[in-house]
Amino acid sequence: MKRTLSYLLIGIFFGIVMYKSEAASWFRIYEMFQFQSFHMYGIIGSALIIGVIGVQLIKRNNVKSFYGEEIHFVPKERGFTRYMVGGTIFGLGWALAGSCPGPIYTLIGAGYVSIIVVLIGAILGTFLYGLLRKKLPH
Amino acid sequence: MDWIFEPWPWYVAGPLIALIMFLLIFIGKQFGMSSNLRTFCTMCGADKTAEFFNFDWKSQRWNLVVVVGAALGGFIGSHFLANDVAVAINPETISSLKELGFNSAGNAYLPDELFSLEALTSIKSLSLLLIGGLLIGFGARYAGGCTSGHAISGLSNLQLPSLIAVIGFFAGGLFMVHVLFPLIF
Repeated sequence: MKRTLSYLLIGIFFGIVMYKSEAASWFRIYEMFQFQSFHMYGIIGSALIIGVIGVQLIKRNNVKSFYGEEIHFVPKERGFTRYMVGGTIFGLGWALAGSCPGPIYTLIGAGYVSIIVVLIGAILGTFLYGLLRKKLPH
Repeated sequence: MDWIFEPWPWYVAGPLIALIMFLLIFIGKQFGMSSNLRTFCTMCGADKTAEFFNFDWKSQRWNLVVVVGAALGGFIGSHFLANDVAVAINPETISSLKELGFNSAGNAYLPDELFSLEALTSIKSLSLLLIGGLLIGFGARYAGGCTSGHAISGLSNLQLPSLIAVIGFFAGGLFMVHVLFPLIF
């Protein structure tokens, strides 16, 4: 119960940050791909710098979780094709719908009903991948 | 406290996103939003049609709670923490968008031309939203993650696959905006 509440609070916090930073705005994504503002690069870049330093500190000092457990960082499977091709397909959708899988929910909460169409599309796309997975190069 | 109601600058938002990732890490979870789409498929019974969806979706319940929170956060952010929906993008961006027919650029959070309720009655904008979603869902699962899983979590852990995926994200995004947008709009 306590854990469930902490996930909910983290999610609320995430949604507020996505909305207030305008990272959930279609216009900011378009502007980013036009290289006409530092805003989105600043968000991703500063999150990353802190992220890289923090992950290194956790690994080197063998820091434990809140519950005293080992923290595991699961390495991504090696490969090229799936990351390059899948990434490019994702990028096409990211620019067209102007939203990635997190902000979709934030926008629904903010009252943009039509984003539900994007969500339905994304669920169908995931389903399609599941069907075709064995036929695709990875 | 007025700053809360203004759009938050990147140097506030970026560190807060890193904080969210670390909070999840310290609870023993991983920051990644697109995996929820797979969970939805399994919950709808997709495990009967494809092996990929054959997993214990209940192990992902925590992430569904994050999803509910992300929606609540959007509600709170837009209703209680903002005075204005207009996103102050670069004036140059506004004029290039107006050339494409996006007259709401500079005055809205999302373009009316794609997201307003009237736009939903147009086959064109409806299909564009659906296709956008399809590409997001298919691509994210093919690449094994999206902006949160690869660009934030994966790159923070210096994962080469995540770097390749992020290069793909930008290749796709740049192609869409620079090559396809002038053809579509």
